[in-house]
Amino acid sequence: MPIDTTTRTIEIECLRYDPQTDTEPHFSSYQVPFSDDMSVLEGLQYIKDQLDGSLTFRWSCRMAICGSCGQEVNGVPVLSCHTFLRDYFPHKLRIEPLNNFPIIRDLVIDQNDFLDKLESVKPYLVTKLEKPLAAGPHLQTPQQLNRYYAYSQCINCLLCYAACPQYGLNSDFTGPAALALLHRYNADSRDQGWQVRAEVINADAGVWGCTLVGYCSEVCPKAVDPAHAINQNKVNSAMDFFGVLKLMNKGGTE
Amino acid sequence: MSRYRSTAKTAARTYMQPMAGWWTKNPYFVRYMVREGSALLLTAYALVLLVGLWRLSQGAAAFDAWRAALASPLSVVFHAVGLVMVVYHSYTWFDVMPKTAPDQPIDPKLITGGGIAAAVAVSVLILAALLWGAP
Repeated sequence: MPIDTTTRTIEIECLRYDPQTDTEPHFSSYQVPFSDDMSVLEGLQYIKDQLDGSLTFRWSCRMAICGSCGQEVNGVPVLSCHTFLRDYFPHKLRIEPLNNFPIIRDLVIDQNDFLDKLESVKPYLVTKLEKPLAAGPHLQTPQQLNRYYAYSQCINCLLCYAACPQYGLNSDFTGPAALALLHRYNADSRDQGWQVRAEVINADAGVWGCTLVGYCSEVCPKAVDPAHAINQNKVNSAMDFFGVLKLMNKGGTE
Repeated sequence: MSRYRSTAKTAARTYMQPMAGWWTKNPYFVRYMVREGSALLLTAYALVLLVGLWRLSQGAAAFDAWRAALASPLSVVFHAVGLVMVVYHSYTWFDVMPKTAPDQPIDPKLITGGGIAAAVAVSVLILAALLWGAP
């Protein structure tokens, strides 16, 4: 399809919230000229540069890898750099901050709760004995790599948390990305950390807090499939409960 | 309280969006609620069958009364709605099956498609056995 270089104008409605003056958010509407190659993020940048410098939002890389620019566009969590204005025209866009997180200002959310959860799953290789450098690299077969590769693609953009009603209803739930990363390390052949992560995974707020709504996997921009990571671990968690994991020698050691 | 400190000076005055009516705001969530809700109709249908078994234990007259009750218009509507919901519930059950299975080297659509095909085949077999096998 040839690129349309003509400029059209689209209406963007942004949620605005100033904690110093507002008790609750309201919407402001902007008319934004755009060309076919403009992302939603570039639309927001146009507003900030040309129309209203006070509009606040996060962004960094502009190429769907830093995970900073997640927003709700018409109620769907997306990376705004990865979504194009042309796909919404001639309708308007309504941009809100990600669901299920406290709003600090305008489109900026407080992600500290997620950072705590990320830390709780010990997202790094846990080994029984440190391997001396002289022993050479940890070799893995392509099959061993495949077991965790997709889950290692997470960029912590939090679209999955915004898509998860269980997290919205009960923020104790460890949530999609943190549990997917937990599985990413448990599934790694170099890792022996099942036992040190068991408390998080086996808890009511761990994998059992998920009711398989499945929307997290739909909105993930990196095809991580957190719903799959979580739900296959309900089996592992049950096997751990009955001591089967230890018998299969898959649970690692203390 | 998070051990991470927000860089925003006004972080104490954050705003939390309300959750009320969350499932009406996205068609994906509506389908999820119908999926979960259809389990209730499934339970109701199982209870109707259990009552039939209980009536059978009370003798032929009680069982015939139960069968007569099933023929009432209200019961027919209940079973028609129940059938639609059970079919939808079965479809969603196979639809989420790839998410609950361990990592498979095959396309998730094959797992879902295979499950649905097996359910259809078994249903047709049971129906055929009932139609032709009954004395």
